[in-house]
Amino acid sequence: MFINFFYRLRACGVATSLNEWLMLMDALEKGFARTSMTEFYNLCRSMLVKSERDFDKFDNAFLMCFGDMETVEGGLSEDLLRWLDKPKPKDCDTKPRDIERNAALTRERIEEMFEERLKEQKEEHNGGTYWIGTGGGSPFGNDGEGEIGIRVGGKTNLRRAFRVASEHKYRDFREDEILSIRQFQMAFRSLRQFSSRIAVPKTELDIDETIRKTCGNAGRLEVVFGKPRKNTVKLLLLMDTGGSMDYYSGLCATLFQSVIKANHFRDLKIYYFHNCIRHDLYTTPIIGPKYRVATQWVLNNLNSDFKVLIVGDALMDTDELVKDSVSAGKNQMSGLKWLRILKRKYPSLAWVNPENLPSGVIRYKNWGESYDIIRKEVDMYSLTVEGLRDAIKHLLSSDGHPMMKRAV
Amino acid sequence: MAIQRLTSFNGSVEYVASPELIGAVDVAIALGKPLLIKGEPGTGKTMLAQSIAESLGKRLIIWSIKSTTKAQDGLYVYDVVQRLYDSQFNSGGVDDIGKYIKLGRLGDAFCDEKQTVLLIDEIDKADLEFPNDLLWELDKMEFYIPETKQTISAKTRPIVIITSNAEKELPDAFLRRCIFHYIEFPDKDLMERIVLAHYPDVERHLLGQVIEAFYQIRDLSVLQKKPSTSELLDWISALVIGGISPDRIISEVPYAGVLLKKTEDMAVLESHIGSQARG
Repeated sequence: MFINFFYRLRACGVATSLNEWLMLMDALEKGFARTSMTEFYNLCRSMLVKSERDFDKFDNAFLMCFGDMETVEGGLSEDLLRWLDKPKPKDCDTKPRDIERNAALTRERIEEMFEERLKEQKEEHNGGTYWIGTGGGSPFGNDGEGEIGIRVGGKTNLRRAFRVASEHKYRDFREDEILSIRQFQMAFRSLRQFSSRIAVPKTELDIDETIRKTCGNAGRLEVVFGKPRKNTVKLLLLMDTGGSMDYYSGLCATLFQSVIKANHFRDLKIYYFHNCIRHDLYTTPIIGPKYRVATQWVLNNLNSDFKVLIVGDALMDTDELVKDSVSAGKNQMSGLKWLRILKRKYPSLAWVNPENLPSGVIRYKNWGESYDIIRKEVDMYSLTVEGLRDAIKHLLSSDGHPMMKRAV
Repeated sequence: MAIQRLTSFNGSVEYVASPELIGAVDVAIALGKPLLIKGEPGTGKTMLAQSIAESLGKRLIIWSIKSTTKAQDGLYVYDVVQRLYDSQFNSGGVDDIGKYIKLGRLGDAFCDEKQTVLLIDEIDKADLEFPNDLLWELDKMEFYIPETKQTISAKTRPIVIITSNAEKELPDAFLRRCIFHYIEFPDKDLMERIVLAHYPDVERHLLGQVIEAFYQIRDLSVLQKKPSTSELLDWISALVIGGISPDRIISEVPYAGVLLKKTEDMAVLESHIGSQARG
């Protein structure tokens, strides 16, 4: 029964399994949704789909299997849907003869004609009996008087399942990402260093000490509590924003979300920069004077035991990276110099890069030169689950000994 | 096998449920699977379990999950320290380990003679591995206590409702065992019914204006935190108590602090009101 639907779902990227499918069969056997298509649609969705992000994929698959009345090869252009969404008032009179003629068409003929019109139509139409549009008597479009035909876009009054599905209400939730937040979160979990030398209440039973004390009391029990071990990792996250990074905004947002949600860090500071870290950092992704923080201030206030994770594509004009500049009447250090200062202050530092340029490729002018320069300067990893894991391993191992370094 | 009677859950006086939600609840109960509810904060996820318990006349057991909650806490806790202390002073019954086993919320739900409604609230608050640790228990509705060599299995499968605010992603193996429903934000008509369910006496004109203003505010695209149903309900009672004339609601948005909780959002609203007044 409907086994095609199952495979269609999986082909559309809904990771549904045989268990859930059997569960659905069970429910159908018990008599749910036997009477209505809408109920069937809701039932399938609640059993087979486990995230609102997949609702849109489910809608597509459902339409392909059960809703052939309204799917159109090649899809509908956004323009067409927009015209149909704003019907003009019905002030044009349609010829009743044409409406009658259209009403006599067969389903197949209408679909054929619809495809033809899709190819021909280049502009908005409201009223009339030929084009796809709102009002009017052609068999296509919505709000019209045609008795039969294909309804395209617009608000639905009759809540039939196909209509619901074709509305793509859940398109916003779609997230076709290679990496899921969960994978990143799992990677960040490993960024831990436990210590009990933190000021927290003593809540953990210290078994060894309890045994020792109890023996000391000649067997009269004395329970000893100790401080629980806590993660001591402090993380400073520096993110490139704007410009060439816009392309990766989804990926960076995933990384950002998983860092925020990890919430097991002892301290977490996040700042933003544009292209390369220079004399100013910003507290929001919107680079503006209102949100400016001097990099030097950050360096002064965050100890060397912070681990630094820089996220950026390392692509910029080479001059921007290596040349000092003059701003506000002062000589400002180049990005490269700032990067070296950061490296000196924070021994565990890693750069993760969403861009993956193979080295030694001929590039347009000097575009990409900055990538090579930065890669020589700091440890760079690609922004993938693997790469992030390696970067975190590096952060943990290159612990450095800030005390000793300071002495040098 | 006795076929379970299909439930008569239709929402309740206080709780207005969409037909899709009622369908999902029915399926979950009939198949004995946990129902996972997601949705924007303030769409009544927690209220749902209360409403189901009320309308079916069953006992509601709430297990609120916190960031420190362990799966074991829901099953049972073996109070070793108490037993040690008791053995020191030779008080009776130390041999009976059962005396020191205290059942958790899940254990409670299993042991009840009658079917219960178990709400596992905000499961995403817990550790990433938390849902995985409950797979067997929720599947088979039983668990084993090694200390007493006892198996606790549910006398009647409880109706399990799980809510999540999507703060963390849940593991696939866990999701596969649940019925899933996403509570959408109610549209204007449903919202009117929800408000009327809570405040049956509210004046029609006021209600229309309030809902109009509320959806206008929600449509401001730059808001960081959109106001939710529960905030709307608070706002209405504030407006009624304050005796605000309905005609001022859309143009002035009095007591906006009830709806918006961030200063940035308030600024957005003020500029919106300003531009309306000018236009």
